[in-house]
Amino acid sequence: MSDSVTLPAPAATARAGAEPWGAKPRRALSGRNIMLYGTLLVAALYYLLPLYVMIVTSLKGMPEIRLGNIFSPPLEITFEPWAKAWASACTGLNCDGLSRGFWNSVRITVPSTLISILVASVNGYALANWKFRGADIFFTILIVGAFIPYQVMIYPIVIVLREMGIYGTLTGLVIVHTIFGMPILTLLFRNYFSALPEELFKAARIDGAGFWQIYLRIMLPMSLPIFVVAMILQITGIWNDFLFGVVFTRPEVYPMTVQLNNIVNSVQGVKEYNVNMAATLLTGAVPLIVYFVSGRLFVRGIAAGAVKG
Amino acid sequence: MQNSVSIKDLSLSFGAVNVLENLNLDIGDGEFLVLLGSSGCGKSTLLNCIAGLLEPTGGQIFIKNRNVTWEEPKDRGIGMVFQSYALYPQMTVEKNLSFGLQVAKMPRPEIDKRIARATEILQIGPLLKRKPSELSGGQRQRVAIGRALVRDVDVFLFDEPLSNLDAKLRSELRVEIKRLHQSLRNTMIYVTHDQIEALTLADRIAIMKSGVIQQLADPNTIYNAPRNMFVAGFIGSPSMNFLRGEIAGRDGRPVFTTNGVDFALDGYDAAETLRPGRKVVLGVRPEHVSVNGEGAETHQATVDIEEPMGADNLLWLKHAGHTLSVRVGGARRFAPGTAVKLSFDMGLASLFDAETEERI
Repeated sequence: MSDSVTLPAPAATARAGAEPWGAKPRRALSGRNIMLYGTLLVAALYYLLPLYVMIVTSLKGMPEIRLGNIFSPPLEITFEPWAKAWASACTGLNCDGLSRGFWNSVRITVPSTLISILVASVNGYALANWKFRGADIFFTILIVGAFIPYQVMIYPIVIVLREMGIYGTLTGLVIVHTIFGMPILTLLFRNYFSALPEELFKAARIDGAGFWQIYLRIMLPMSLPIFVVAMILQITGIWNDFLFGVVFTRPEVYPMTVQLNNIVNSVQGVKEYNVNMAATLLTGAVPLIVYFVSGRLFVRGIAAGAVKG
Repeated sequence: MQNSVSIKDLSLSFGAVNVLENLNLDIGDGEFLVLLGSSGCGKSTLLNCIAGLLEPTGGQIFIKNRNVTWEEPKDRGIGMVFQSYALYPQMTVEKNLSFGLQVAKMPRPEIDKRIARATEILQIGPLLKRKPSELSGGQRQRVAIGRALVRDVDVFLFDEPLSNLDAKLRSELRVEIKRLHQSLRNTMIYVTHDQIEALTLADRIAIMKSGVIQQLADPNTIYNAPRNMFVAGFIGSPSMNFLRGEIAGRDGRPVFTTNGVDFALDGYDAAETLRPGRKVVLGVRPEHVSVNGEGAETHQATVDIEEPMGADNLLWLKHAGHTLSVRVGGARRFAPGTAVKLSFDMGLASLFDAETEERI
């Protein structure tokens, strides 16, 4: 009597059995995974090693460095090299460390970034949405500008800045950075704005909004990711710039990178490796922090801006 | 009837490509005009020209007897609804509705009054505080219609407003748009590639092909007396059967003959005399053929394939070397291979010249 009643096999037994059921099980420790993660791990270590050496060295005293064990952690941690790099390392006649260069770089980077992004976003918006006669030619010329080597333009720009009376000043450098940021930023913004639905723009025009109203009230609020991308590009690019800094400024307004070079490459006296490492880390800290803070938005913005040409 | 929108000799070309050429169109006050055509025929371009979003290369546009050819979109007295809704994503529904009015610096009480009216007509009250991303497709399109509504304009322009919706919502919103037109009595110009929308909504349909209006008439005329083979083939699903043949004289009366089979043309109202020997195409809609019914003249055919569609049943028949589609009631089933008798309703058929493809 009882064996005439056959219930359908419970799911649990089916799962335990040999019959395939549901999601295919995957082994965590398969040969493929070991290869994949092993390679990734080795690559990560390879790139992290120099950073490790730099941090470790910057925390050692000079006697310990002379022992030559560059990979060993510091026996006695000292922050003195950092303090020296920041406040009292000598470059040329000044002995106030990198702090001077840091503030110079801030005074260069902040206005250059803001002005170039503002101008380029309006450029990109106009090129994407307000097609004027010759817009495509204008755009092509602008893009060609991105491919001309900077070195070609240095001497003419020096003359132009001299004639304007701003050669060697921060103002001059800010203007140079703004101009050189234009092609790539305009391209970035134009592509982003052309990827936004065209009908939004049309709807806003029917609603009677003008050039600036559409830009400020419709386009800007939708474009945070691309602004973040542009900001990261500009901040890191301008902060890391060496060539323009050394060409267009004078020693008292040298940006941090130029000052770093002068500290590290000074030929007289003992090479203070710990101070050099600390100075380099200090200089690299700003772009690094920017990447860490906004990395996620950066990837999103790049992906969004890259879709359409 | 007074004209609400008039288009005179409108031309538009992008470089060497002529999208519109000398197009003329008069749309009456309160009329619902549908521009119908497949993609790339210039219907959306025409609508954008009327809206002022595209500059024509030649011609004039009048709205309410005012030449608006050089006017900005906002000054033309139009509201527009887009296929992709085009709601401002960062604004709430209420902000979306009021944006245009705020831009026009309208006093707040008036804005509130208009929003209240649009909200009531479209029943979107509960949605006012939401963002577009929190709305369903149908709700978004309703808000988009609301945005045109608050502008309190003479002419509504719809650019394929239902194409992004699923079939069920599409038919619901279609009815709503029709109801809206019946209560507002505004002029509406509606672009679509969907013939059902065109036939159900329109007072008049303008069928377009490569920038030229092929026929401008009421849906009934378009359906039953298409002016050429393009219109005939475009409208109707399944599409009209075309039989190629020629006119012959039998006992002094013209008949259509194809592959040795004669079709009497009694009841066909020809605009020209049917001269024997003329190459023509006979167009018959699937529902204008009766199967095994009473008719003066019957034709033998065999059932090839049967496609039951619920309400009706579509038969694909072999007849005189042609394949014919014929629509019968859903309850009437025919096994493949069955021999049937057909009779054609010539009063509702169309005859086209084989060369020009124009209606005779």
